[in-house]
Amino acid sequence: MNKMKTADFVKKYTMIIVLIVVTAFFAWRTDGAILLPMNVSSLISQNAYVFILATGMLLCILTGGNIDLSVGSVVCFVGAIGAVLMVNKDVNMWVAILVMFAVGILIGAFQGFWIAFVRIPPFIVTLAGMLVFRGLSNVVLDGMTVSIKDCTTFVNLFGGGANCYIPDIFGNGTINMTCLLAGVIATVLFIFMQMKDRMTKSKKGYEVGNMGAAVAKMVLISIVILAFSYRLAQHKGIPSVLIWVIVVIMVYAYITSNTTTGRYFYAVGGNEKATKLSGINTNKVYFLAYLNMGFLSALAGMVTIARLTSAQPTYGQNYEMDAIGSCFIGGASAYGGIGTVPGVIVGAVLMGVINLGMSLMGVDQNWQKVVKGLVLLAAVIFDVVSKRGGKMIAKN
Amino acid sequence: MAKILLEMKNITKTFPGVKALDNVNLKVEEGEIHALVGENGAGKSTLMNVLSGIYPYGSYEGDIIYNGEVCKFDKIKDSEAKGIVIIHQELALIPYMTIAENMFLGNERGTKLKINWNETNGRASELLKIVGLKETPQTLIKDIGVGKQQLVEIAKALAKNAKLLILDEPTASLNEDDSKALLELLLKFKKEGMTSIIISHKLNEISYVADKITVIRDGSTIETLDKKTDDISESRIIKGMVGRELSDRFPKREPKIGDVLMEVKDWNVYHPLYTERKVVDNVSIQVRKGEVVGISGLMGAGRTELAMSLFGKSYGDKISGQLFLNGEEVHLNSVQEAIKHKLAYVTEDRKGNGLILSNPIKINTTLANLDAISNHSIIDKDKEYAVAVEYKEKLKTKCPSVEQNVGNLSGGNQQKVLLAKWMFANPDVLILDEPTRGIDVGAKYEIYCIINQLVAEGKSVVMISSEMPEVLGMCDRIYVMNEGQIVGELDGKEATQELIMSHILKASSKGE
Repeated sequence: MNKMKTADFVKKYTMIIVLIVVTAFFAWRTDGAILLPMNVSSLISQNAYVFILATGMLLCILTGGNIDLSVGSVVCFVGAIGAVLMVNKDVNMWVAILVMFAVGILIGAFQGFWIAFVRIPPFIVTLAGMLVFRGLSNVVLDGMTVSIKDCTTFVNLFGGGANCYIPDIFGNGTINMTCLLAGVIATVLFIFMQMKDRMTKSKKGYEVGNMGAAVAKMVLISIVILAFSYRLAQHKGIPSVLIWVIVVIMVYAYITSNTTTGRYFYAVGGNEKATKLSGINTNKVYFLAYLNMGFLSALAGMVTIARLTSAQPTYGQNYEMDAIGSCFIGGASAYGGIGTVPGVIVGAVLMGVINLGMSLMGVDQNWQKVVKGLVLLAAVIFDVVSKRGGKMIAKN
Repeated sequence: MAKILLEMKNITKTFPGVKALDNVNLKVEEGEIHALVGENGAGKSTLMNVLSGIYPYGSYEGDIIYNGEVCKFDKIKDSEAKGIVIIHQELALIPYMTIAENMFLGNERGTKLKINWNETNGRASELLKIVGLKETPQTLIKDIGVGKQQLVEIAKALAKNAKLLILDEPTASLNEDDSKALLELLLKFKKEGMTSIIISHKLNEISYVADKITVIRDGSTIETLDKKTDDISESRIIKGMVGRELSDRFPKREPKIGDVLMEVKDWNVYHPLYTERKVVDNVSIQVRKGEVVGISGLMGAGRTELAMSLFGKSYGDKISGQLFLNGEEVHLNSVQEAIKHKLAYVTEDRKGNGLILSNPIKINTTLANLDAISNHSIIDKDKEYAVAVEYKEKLKTKCPSVEQNVGNLSGGNQQKVLLAKWMFANPDVLILDEPTRGIDVGAKYEIYCIINQLVAEGKSVVMISSEMPEVLGMCDRIYVMNEGQIVGELDGKEATQELIMSHILKASSKGE
C-alpha cells in the first residue's frame, strides 16, 4: 500500500523531482553559480518569453495536440511593428503598445478563422503563418535593426536592461526590502487561500484531503517562494518582466482550471464529438485558442524587444519550439485534453535551468541543442511509458 | 462422442489486484458451435485472449490443449498458425483499403518484395463467395455497411485457414437481417466441419445456433449446458449468468400519462453528404408527459438521424418540418438551444460521441450543464464534486470515486455516467438511442429502472432500440420506422415482435 503511494507520488511530481535533481546537478558542476542571485534573476528575464508563449501554446495543444508554429515569427513581426512605430514614426508608447496587441490579436483571429471555421489543419495554417510573418518582419524593418534604447519607459516596463526592476521603496540597502516584502505577502496570501479553501470545503461538508499532506505541501511551496524572493532581493529586486509573467501564469492557471471556457479546451481535446453534442460550440474553442495565442505572442514580442532593446528580423527564431517543448516536458498530452499551466511552467523552468546551467558550464551552443532535444524526447518517452504501466515496448 | 478439439484446463489469470479468471475450464468438441456467455466483466474476452496468445504463455496458469497437444502461444501469429482465429467485437478493418487488401493484411500473398495482386484478388473473391458477400475484392471497406464488414472479417479468418473460429459479439452492431444471415453462415460452416466459439449477449441467437453453452460468472465456469440434454431457453441461461432467476427482465411501472409534451410534424431530413437522399421522410410523432415512446425499426431506418436532427439539427441537411414543445413551436438551430428547451439526446455511441474517456466521472457528469455549477462562468468545483457524487449514488454507478476516469469503467457504468450527464441537464424529453447496447443483463435492468424513475418524475422518454424485447417490455407506445418513414404506431400492450416485423415488411414490399 505504502509502495503504491510512493509510486503515485513519483508519477505525479516527476517533473518537479527531475527539476530539483537537474538544478542540484548544475549547482554541483558550476560550484553553486547557478544559484547566485544574479543568475536566478537572469533565468527569469531570459525565459520570460518561454513562460508566456508556453502558456498560450498549452491551450492550442489542449484542443487536440494542435501546435502553433508561427509564434516565433509573430513575436518578431509584432516587435518590429512596435519598434518602427516608436522609433521611426515617433508614436506615443501607449499607442504603440495598443497597436502591437491589436496586431497580435488580428493575426490570431486570422489563423484561428482558417483553423476553427474552415478546418484547415493547424500545422499547415501556422506553417504558412511562420513564413508570412517572418517575411513581413523583414519588410517592416527593411532588413535592418531598429534600436529602442531611447524608449526607456517601454524598456523598463517590459523588463530587460539594468534598470528594469521594481524600485525599492525602502531606500537602498544591500537587500531589496520591497522584493522580500512581496515574497512574504505572497506566502501569507497563499497560505490564507489554502486554509480558506479547506475551511469552506469542510463547512459545506465536502471531503478535504489529508491535513498532514496539505501542510507539507504548503510549507514546501512557502519555502520556495521565500527562498526565491530572497535570492531576487539579494540581486536587484523584482525584474519588471516577472510581474507580467506572474500575471499571465495566474490568469491562465485560473482560466484553465476554474472557468467553463477553460473546461471546454480540455473537453474538445478529450472528445470533440461528445463536446459538440453537449451543446458546446467547438469551433469557437479552436478559434479562441489561436486568437489567444496571437495575443500572448504580442506580449512576448514586447518582452523580447524590451530585453534586447532592439528589433531585428531574426528575433524569435525557434521560440515556437521552446514553447512546444515546455508543454510536452511539462506533461501536456500530444493528443490533447491533458496538461496544466503549472506543469507547463515547470517544464519551461526545467528547459531554462538546463540552458543556463550549460551556458555557465561553458557547453558549446550546438551541444546545448543536442541536450535539449534529448531531454524533450526523454520526457515524452517517460510520460508514455509510465502511462503504459512501465512497459517500454508497446504491445504488438 | 466426437473428438475434443480444444481443452482449456484450470486457466487462472490475474491482473494487478484482480483475479480475472479463476480455474476456468472449457472443452470444445470438433465441429460444434460452442457459446460462451456471461455478464460484462465475467471474463469471457480475457479467456479468449489467453487462448489466442494475446496474453502469452507464462502470463497465466493452466494448460491449453489443442488437437491433443499442449500449446504455448507467445503471440497471435502462433495461435493463427494452428488455425485458431479470433474476430474481435470492434472490427479491425482499415477503411481506405480494399476488401482484398484487408483480408490479406499481415498475411500477404506473394513475396516480401512483390505482392501478387492476381492471387490476392482471386483468392479474395473465392472467399467472398463462400461467405456469401456480393462485392468485388477491390471495393473499399468504407463503402460497405457494418454487416458486410463483419462478413469480410470472417472471410479474412478463412484466409488464414481457420479451423477454430472465435467470434466476440459478432452481431452486436448488426441489424436483425444481417445477424440472421451471419448465424446461418455459422451453421453452414458447422456442416462443413468448422468449429466455432461464439461470445454473445443476444441469448435468442445463442439458443438458435449453439450446441453447447458454457456460462462464466465472476471469472469462473459455472456450468456447461448441452442442447441435446439440457434446457437452453433464455431464462435458463440468464439464471446461470446472474446466479438467480430474473423472473421479470423489465421492471413494472404504473404509467401516468399526461398531455402532449413534444410534437413533431412533417419532419424531413436529407443526408448531409448525398444531399438528394432523404433519410427522414415526412415523420410526425407525438410524445406525452410521463410516457415511454419506442421507436423500433431496422438499422438504417433513420431513427438516429431523426433524433439527432431534432436535437438542434446536429445531423442532416435541408431539415424541414415543425417541432412543438409544450404546445409552442420552437426552432432549435443548435444543440445549445435544444438543451435550453429541455431536450436531451443520449447517443448510441457512448465512447465516440458521448463521453470524454480521458476525463473523470465528475467532469463528464456536468459537461452538458456547466452553468448550473458555475457563477459567471467560474466553476464551483466543490459543487461539481457533490453533483457527481449525488448522481453516482442515484444511478448506483460502480466506481471507486467520481475522480475515476470514465475510460476505466465497464460499459454499463459508462452508460450510467452518460445518463447522469443528461439527467443533470434537467431535460423534459430524453431521447435515448440504444441505451442498453453492449451492456449486461444486470446493468440493463438498472437502466430500465432509471427510465421508469424518469417518467415517474413527469419527464418523457423516447427510446430508440434495435432489441425488440426491450421495446416491447418498456414502451407505452411504439412507432415503427422503416426507410425514413413512420410505418406503424402500436400500443405497447398489444404490440408483439411479429406485429412490428409485419409492419416493416409490408412497408418494404410496398416500396419496391
